[in-house]
Amino acid sequence: MNALAPVSQLGGVVLAVALAPLLAGWVAQCRAWLQSRSAPSLLLPYRTLRKLFRKDAALATQASPLFRATPYAVFGAMATAAAIIPSVTTDLPLARVADAIALVGLFATARMFIALAAMDIGTVFGSMGARREMMIGFLAEPALLMVLFNAFLMFGSTALPTIVKGTLDADGLTLHPSLAFAGVAFVMVLLAENARIPIDNPGTHLEVTMIHESMVLEYSARHLALIEWASWLKLFNYACIGFTLFVPWGIAPHTAGPSGLLLAIVWLLVKLAVAGAVLAVIETVSAKLRIFRAPEFLSMAFLLAVLGLLVHLLLQS
Amino acid sequence: MHGVSALTATTTLTALLGLVASWLLIGALGLVQSNRIGWVARTLFPLGALVALGVAGMGAVSLGTGFAAQTSVLAFGLPDMPFHVRLDALSGFFLLLLGTAGAGISIFAAGYFRHGEGTAPGLLCLQYHVFLASMALVVLADDAYLFMVAWETMALSSYFLVTTQHRIPEIQRAGFLYLLMAHVGALALLLCFGVLHGGSWLMTFDSMRAATLSPAWAAAAFLLALFGFGAKAGLVPLHVWLPEAHPAAPSPVSAMMSGLMLKVAVYGMLRISFDLLHAGPWWWGMLTLTVGLVTALFGAVFAAVQTDMKRLLAYSSIENIGLIFAALGLALLCYAFDMRLLAALALAAALLHALNHALFKSLLFLATGSVLHATRERSLGKLGGLIRRMPWVATLALVGTLSLAGLPPLNGFVSEWLLLQAFLSTPSIPHAFINMIVPLGAAVVALTAALAGYVMVKFYGVIFLGQPREPSLMQAHDAGWLERVGLAWLALGCILIGVFPQAALDAIAGVTQTLLGTVIQRGPAPWWIAPVAQAQASYNGLWLLLGMAGVIAMMFVLVRRMYHGRVRRVPPWNCGYPELTPRMQDTAEGFGQPIRHMFGPFFRIERELPAADDQFPHYRIQIDDHFWHGLYLPLARIVGWLADALSMLQRGRLAIYLMYSFLTLIVLLVFVL
Repeated sequence: MNALAPVSQLGGVVLAVALAPLLAGWVAQCRAWLQSRSAPSLLLPYRTLRKLFRKDAALATQASPLFRATPYAVFGAMATAAAIIPSVTTDLPLARVADAIALVGLFATARMFIALAAMDIGTVFGSMGARREMMIGFLAEPALLMVLFNAFLMFGSTALPTIVKGTLDADGLTLHPSLAFAGVAFVMVLLAENARIPIDNPGTHLEVTMIHESMVLEYSARHLALIEWASWLKLFNYACIGFTLFVPWGIAPHTAGPSGLLLAIVWLLVKLAVAGAVLAVIETVSAKLRIFRAPEFLSMAFLLAVLGLLVHLLLQS
Repeated sequence: MHGVSALTATTTLTALLGLVASWLLIGALGLVQSNRIGWVARTLFPLGALVALGVAGMGAVSLGTGFAAQTSVLAFGLPDMPFHVRLDALSGFFLLLLGTAGAGISIFAAGYFRHGEGTAPGLLCLQYHVFLASMALVVLADDAYLFMVAWETMALSSYFLVTTQHRIPEIQRAGFLYLLMAHVGALALLLCFGVLHGGSWLMTFDSMRAATLSPAWAAAAFLLALFGFGAKAGLVPLHVWLPEAHPAAPSPVSAMMSGLMLKVAVYGMLRISFDLLHAGPWWWGMLTLTVGLVTALFGAVFAAVQTDMKRLLAYSSIENIGLIFAALGLALLCYAFDMRLLAALALAAALLHALNHALFKSLLFLATGSVLHATRERSLGKLGGLIRRMPWVATLALVGTLSLAGLPPLNGFVSEWLLLQAFLSTPSIPHAFINMIVPLGAAVVALTAALAGYVMVKFYGVIFLGQPREPSLMQAHDAGWLERVGLAWLALGCILIGVFPQAALDAIAGVTQTLLGTVIQRGPAPWWIAPVAQAQASYNGLWLLLGMAGVIAMMFVLVRRMYHGRVRRVPPWNCGYPELTPRMQDTAEGFGQPIRHMFGPFFRIERELPAADDQFPHYRIQIDDHFWHGLYLPLARIVGWLADALSMLQRGRLAIYLMYSFLTLIVLLVFVL
């Protein structure tokens, strides 16, 4: 740990929180271009947040304290998750506090709270959304764990910085067949977990298709702002987990100085730009699945990740 | 800790026996004025809780460093077979578990039991404390004879507790099924001890430890133990009694059965497989692991489709017992390959999960008790919105719910984390086939854990959130203060173990030292665990909690300072319909539908669909267990058929019986002559 560690730790979280809306704006812009629409401003998400924070919160009469606490809990879980993902540097003091399994646990915490809050008001959409979200979640969560286990088996650690270091220290580019399986599985999980097409559509309010939106239908103003921000942060976190596992080049090592960190931030921005564009392409070329097909999609992701595990073990022995 | 253990080294066991005796005394005192609720509930049950705390304390003492096993021979028993008792780290850990959870349950029970619920309160008090005492004696027993006596006392006293409301036919049936399974299991255990003495005919555990069994006999003993303890713990396919008996019992009893009694079965399995049999070949572990994983997945899937809140929790207990046995199997497996450290990790996961489950499952069962008292409803379809009427119970139950779902920074997460870490280290097993198969177990564990989250959202959401589904729920009242104290005690345990996991692992270290001769690596602080190596994996419950709390507090202050905290109360959006009725919410059936859809082959589904021209269309669905129809009912039919065949002999006419005697005489004469 060098002297910059606390700075880079705190800076990493602030960077994630600050950049997450930008990533969301970039994906939306790319999607608009691909669909020949005139694109909204890159900064639209920030303006949305400001607008929402200023408004008075309209709260359902029967809303319980759980409903009001949930946006903060969800945001807290996502920001904590951002603290343990080595997006810029591997020199994270907090990464030893919680490893990849805890990361999945944090995502699960956020999901559970948001599903419970959705059921709190007792509306039709709320409980339907909660049910669908938990259905997606219980398949996506183990799939994500399996993807992470692939990396674990390779580097013998569930701590993400160690995994990054393992890849960076390897001489030259070695191809791991198991990571190919894990990579595909990961992209599938990312789509499902972040309410993206083909599982869900972040831009819709059509009742038969929506999942995430139907859960947060009762939220308004600052609560909604926090929820939206947290979901952008989730996308950002997922993208960074992907970089960590599959394209860790550019992440600053332990020994990096301030200039190395700046370079790593530039690298991160480049990777985010590419990943956002790829996400937009995937979303544009695929059609939304029927909700009943979602389990098949996710079981496929789960099986692919498990297959990756098997491939690794087979090749190793 | 060391000073305390030095001080009490010779007296811990004696003190424990005294505490057990005082449980029995408290129970007997219940009979003095068996109908005065003030005496029985408000005086005796809190006393029982104090005794439980003492038991937990003594258990904790025995886990201290340098504690040598204490043995003693009691002055009573059979003429030439006195009772032997022994306190070592393994017993100590389970006494700690028993006492900690038992204290919370007893305090809750002090506020819970009231008149007019079947058995008279005084008698209930006797059964309750005999149950507690017998569980403690099972754990303390050092010979097969005392073990079986205590084991059977435990089964019988819990049977009477299950059938507290013995006038309801459904409960009678549940009680009968429980008694039957308990005895089938006990029979297996009896045979198991019959094998274990190894021809010496000495029933003390010491002689069983020393006995050398041939591999075949050892395997027989192990299989019998797995069957016997599996029947008590609820391993598939011996689980059928559990979802019947748990809901039938009063809630504190359900909590004791699920939280404590199932753990006593885990204790028995550990005692016999590791201590008496010194573990065995790898297939023992593989078998236990497989059975455990199947049980875990089965329990989770079935829990998701339940519509009765206590049945849901009962199936969730099956799931958790599955996870515990899976960890136990992994420990056996690793031990067979002499990978002590890994075995210790798996065993620590099993024990910690047992402790955690005792806390959060008791908490949830007790919470359902409060709900049941407040609403008189057990069916999820008639509950809802109770967070507004019962804020205390709802808040404390939320802690249990989040723990059971395995979310950080609560205790359920820690044990699942340990279990996954143990699974992840298995590729180093020196066996080409097993090292590939076992990591797949991690996939099943992950799936089960995620399903538990689904189940818990359903449980909590349908009971406590949303709108009340029945008008009568508006009159629901919160639990009394004794009940709250009991719930809060258990919730506090869930939080403390989650935040200070190393403290719990320190308690377990004594057990792994005793059974496996090794301990997992200590974390750097009470709140920081790193069981294998810092570089491989570490988890820090306190910092994680503080980190999350810090972010949340900062966001709250920022939002409030930079903007405002203004709130308008408005009716929820009603989708353009005239009103939003509670009937529009998801039902328990609806919430389980995706699972029913996805795991169709798991269930035996009978459905009645309305026809197009029905006057009163109704939809009925009955979800059953394949094992019940495929295994138990045919078995019952065969037994019934055999009994019928035998009853042909019994004609009820004197002449025929005389003829039997005559024929027997003839046959005997033929032999003699």
